[in-house]
Amino acid sequence: MDARGLAGLLAPVLPARGVITDPTQLRTYSCDGLALYKVTPALVVIPETAEQVAAVVRACAEHDIPFVARGSGTGLSGGALPHADGVLIVLSRMRAVLEIDRANQRAVVEPGVINLQLSALTRPEGYYFAPDPSSQQVCSIGGNVAENSGGAHCLKYGFTTGHVAGLELVTPAGELITLGGKAPDAPGYDLLGVVCGSEGTLGVATRVTVRLTRTPEAVETLLAGFPDTDSAGRAVSAVISAGVVPAAIEMMDALAIEAAEAAVACGYPQGAGAVLIVELDGPAAEVRHQFEQVTGMCEAAGATEIRIAADDAQRALFWKGRKSAFAAVGRISPDYIVQDGVIPRTALGPALRRIEQLASERGVRVANVFHAGDGNLHPLVLFDDAVPGEAERAEDVSGAIIDLCIELGGSITGEHGVGSDKAKHMPKMFTEDDLDTMQLLRCAFDPTSISNPGKIFPTPRLCGEVPRRAHAADGAHPLVEAGLADAF
Amino acid sequence: MTTTTDLLSRLTDATAGSAREGTDLDAVDGLRPRWVVSPADTEGVAAVLRTAHDEGLAVVPTGSGTKLGWGAPPQRLDILLQLGRLDALVDHAAGDLVAVVGAGRRLDDLQGDLSSAGQWLAVDPARRGTVGGLVATADTGPTRLVHGPVRDLVIGATVVRADGVVAHAGGRVVKNVAGYDLSKLLTGSFGTLGVLTQVAVRLHPVPEASRWVVVTVPSAQHARELVQGVVHSQLVMTGCELERPAGGVAQLAVRIDGIAAAVPARADAAVEMLGGGAEQLAQAPSWWGCDPGEDGDVRLKVTHEIASVDRLLAAVDDVSQQTGVPLDVRGSVGVGTVSVALRGRPDEAAVVAVVDGLRRRSPEVGGTVVVRDADPATRRRLDVWGPVGGLDLMRRVKDRLDPGRVLAPGRFVGGI
Repeated sequence: MDARGLAGLLAPVLPARGVITDPTQLRTYSCDGLALYKVTPALVVIPETAEQVAAVVRACAEHDIPFVARGSGTGLSGGALPHADGVLIVLSRMRAVLEIDRANQRAVVEPGVINLQLSALTRPEGYYFAPDPSSQQVCSIGGNVAENSGGAHCLKYGFTTGHVAGLELVTPAGELITLGGKAPDAPGYDLLGVVCGSEGTLGVATRVTVRLTRTPEAVETLLAGFPDTDSAGRAVSAVISAGVVPAAIEMMDALAIEAAEAAVACGYPQGAGAVLIVELDGPAAEVRHQFEQVTGMCEAAGATEIRIAADDAQRALFWKGRKSAFAAVGRISPDYIVQDGVIPRTALGPALRRIEQLASERGVRVANVFHAGDGNLHPLVLFDDAVPGEAERAEDVSGAIIDLCIELGGSITGEHGVGSDKAKHMPKMFTEDDLDTMQLLRCAFDPTSISNPGKIFPTPRLCGEVPRRAHAADGAHPLVEAGLADAF
Repeated sequence: MTTTTDLLSRLTDATAGSAREGTDLDAVDGLRPRWVVSPADTEGVAAVLRTAHDEGLAVVPTGSGTKLGWGAPPQRLDILLQLGRLDALVDHAAGDLVAVVGAGRRLDDLQGDLSSAGQWLAVDPARRGTVGGLVATADTGPTRLVHGPVRDLVIGATVVRADGVVAHAGGRVVKNVAGYDLSKLLTGSFGTLGVLTQVAVRLHPVPEASRWVVVTVPSAQHARELVQGVVHSQLVMTGCELERPAGGVAQLAVRIDGIAAAVPARADAAVEMLGGGAEQLAQAPSWWGCDPGEDGDVRLKVTHEIASVDRLLAAVDDVSQQTGVPLDVRGSVGVGTVSVALRGRPDEAAVVAVVDGLRRRSPEVGGTVVVRDADPATRRRLDVWGPVGGLDLMRRVKDRLDPGRVLAPGRFVGGI
C-alpha cells in the first residue's frame, strides 16, 4: 500500500477534515520556512490527539511509508520538507496548554502551542518560556524541540534542550512513550537529550513538559553605534573578558542596518558601520552596576552613540530592527540566502573580514546579522535571481562561509538545523565514523528509516549494515552504486 | 584460539606497555579483572576496545574510582580500563569560555587550570574525581540550580565505541545543533555506551563574591513554604540546599553569587525573606555540597518535584519509622534532587525495606529512588535503578552501540 492508500484507512481514526488528499490543498504544505525546496506530500493528516498521531505512525510503520511531522512550518533548513511518497503529519491543531504548574516551575503543552503564547500565558505568574527564536510569534514548541531552537537569549539561558524536562513521544514504530517529567534525572539514558534537536528523525513529540523561567527583576538594554564591526567586536570581547554574561549581545553590520531601516524604520544610529544590542537581566543591583560597566566598555571600544532603552516600548523598538532583519533584507535585494554558521566568538574579526573578501571576490553582497556573544553568524547573501549566474555565485559564497566556519573550529548550524539544506555539509564537519555512530542511534529508534528520511544525513545507510571501520577501500555505498541515492 | 598470554601481549602493545594482570586490589564490586590497562591516549583506548570486542571481553572504564561503586555491579569483568593517564588540558580558550580536557583529568586540577583566567567548570559535586567520571555519572552539586546539570555544560566529546571506533560528537562552540547530541546520550550512561576520552565543556566566570544565608527549618511544611518563597522570588540563588540529619535540626541554606558591590544587599534580602533567625555567612555551612551520613553508609539519590519537598520529608519520616532506620536527608531541594543516607549500618533486609518504602511513595513526589552507595551484595540483590520509562528503547540503543555487551555489562538500568 502507498501513502495515498492510507487515507481510507486513517479517515475513521482522524477527526473531520483531518485527512487531506486534494492535490491543490496538498500543495499548500509543500515547504517549510525554506521555500527553496518544495515537495508535495502524498497525504496530509491533521491529528488532534497523541493516540491519533500514534495510529498514523503505526500505519506508516506497518506499510513502510515515510512520514514527516510538522508544526508551524517556520524552520529555515527544510527540516519539515515533506516526502513525495509519504505522509505529512501536521500538528498545528494540537495546541492546548494542558497545565501551568507554577509551584514546580513547569508547564505541560501540546506540540502545536506557539512559543510566545506560552510566555504570554505565564508572564502574569512571573514566568516565561526562555527559548526565543526570532520566529517566536508563530513557531511551535514541538518545532522548537525538533530543531533545538536557539534565539538571541540563549547566550545566557541556553537552548530549548535545557528547557525541556519531559516528553511524550511517538516512536517511529508507533509506540507512545514517556521520557522525563517534572522532576530531574529520570534514571536511564538521556533520550530526551538526543530527541531534542533530532529534527524529527527519532519520532514525534506529542506532549512537552517545559521548564519555566522566572522573569528577571530588572532588564536593561542598550543600543550602541560603532564606526565598523571591528570596534563593535572589541566591545563584545571586553564584556565577555570582564566576566559579564549578558542575556544577549547582537550585532548588525551596515548593510543589515540599511535593510532594517528600509523595512521597519527602527531609527538606528545614522551612518553607523555596526550596531550592538546588549541586554542584561537579573537582580536590579547587579544589572545596574554591570550596565554601567558595559556602557563604559562600548565607549572605550569607540562607540559613536549609545542609547539606553527607557522603557519596554523603546526596548521593543531596539529589538524590532534586529528581529525583522531577515525579512527586511527583501527591501534591498530581490533574493537572499540566510546562512547559520557558528565560529568561536574570538574569531569574529577574522571571520567577518574573510566573509567580506569572499563576497567581493564573487561580486555579491553579504549583510551580517549575528549573535555576537556566542559566535552564531547569520550572513545574508544577497542576489538577484533574474541576473544570470548570480544565484550560483550566491550559493557558492554561502557554501564557502560554511567551510570557513568549520575551518575556524565552529559548526555548520547554530540554531536552524541541518534539515534538507545542509545534509551535504555534514561530512565536512563529521567523519564517516562520527556519522555512522549517529546512524546507530537512529537505527535504534527507527530501523526502517521512515521518520523524516533524507534529513540531517547525506547518504542513506541501512540499519542492517555493520558499522564500518575502514573506508578508503570500501568504494561507493551500494545504494549509490545502484543509482538509488546520491552521495555528497 | 587466543591464549591469555597472547591477550596480555596484545593489550600491552595497545597501551604502550601499560597492561598487567589484575589483582584483588583492582576488584570492582568484588570482581577481579583479568587485566588492568592504562592507555595514554584515545588511540590506546581504541586498541584496547578493539581487542575486547574481537575477543568478547567485558570492560569497565574508570577514572580515579571515586564513583566506581555506583550502579549495579557489572555482570562480567575482564579488563579494567583506567583512564587516569588521559589527563591533559588540551585547550583552554578563555575568550570563548570553553575548555577541552582529557577524560582522566581530575576535576580539581581542571578547576585550578581555569582559575587563573577567573573561570571554572560550574559543577560542584561531592565526589571530585575525574572529568570523565563526572560526565559518565552526571554527578551534580548545589550550583546546578543556576548553571544546569552536567549535560548542559558538555558541548562536545570524543568517544570510543565498544567496537573500538573513535567518534566525535558536538564540537567546541557553545551554540551548535549539527547532528545528534551524542554528548548528552553519553552523559550519565555509566560507561555502558562508549568510553569518553576527551570532552569539550562550557565554562563560566568565577563569581566575584559569594554569601550563604542559613535558617533553621522547624517542619516539613515550613520547608516547603521557604523553598516556594525563594524559588519564586527575585533572589537569583546559585544554590538552595536542605540539610536534615536524622533526629536533628533541619536547615535550609541559599547561596548568593554576584558582584561584590551587590551581593551583601542581596544576601540581606535573603535573610529577610527566610526570616526566623536567618543568618548571613561568608563561608558555606560545613554540610554544604557534601554527602550526608558517613563513609560506608548506604546512600540513595531521591528526586522530587520542587513543590513536593514536604511530602518527600513526610515519606522519609514514615519510612524511617516503619523500618527503624534513621535517615539523613541532604540536597538540592530547589532543583529536586536529594541524597538520603541510611544511618546505623542497617542489615540488607532493612536497606531493601527502606528502598521499597521510598519507591512506593515516589509517585506522591513525582520522582525516583536510585541506590548509590551500598555494598556490592546489597546492590546485587536490589534493583539499583528502579522503574524506568522508555526502557525498551534504551535497550535498543545499547544493542546498536554495544551489541556484544562489552562495556560494563549489567551496570545500568534494566540490566543493560
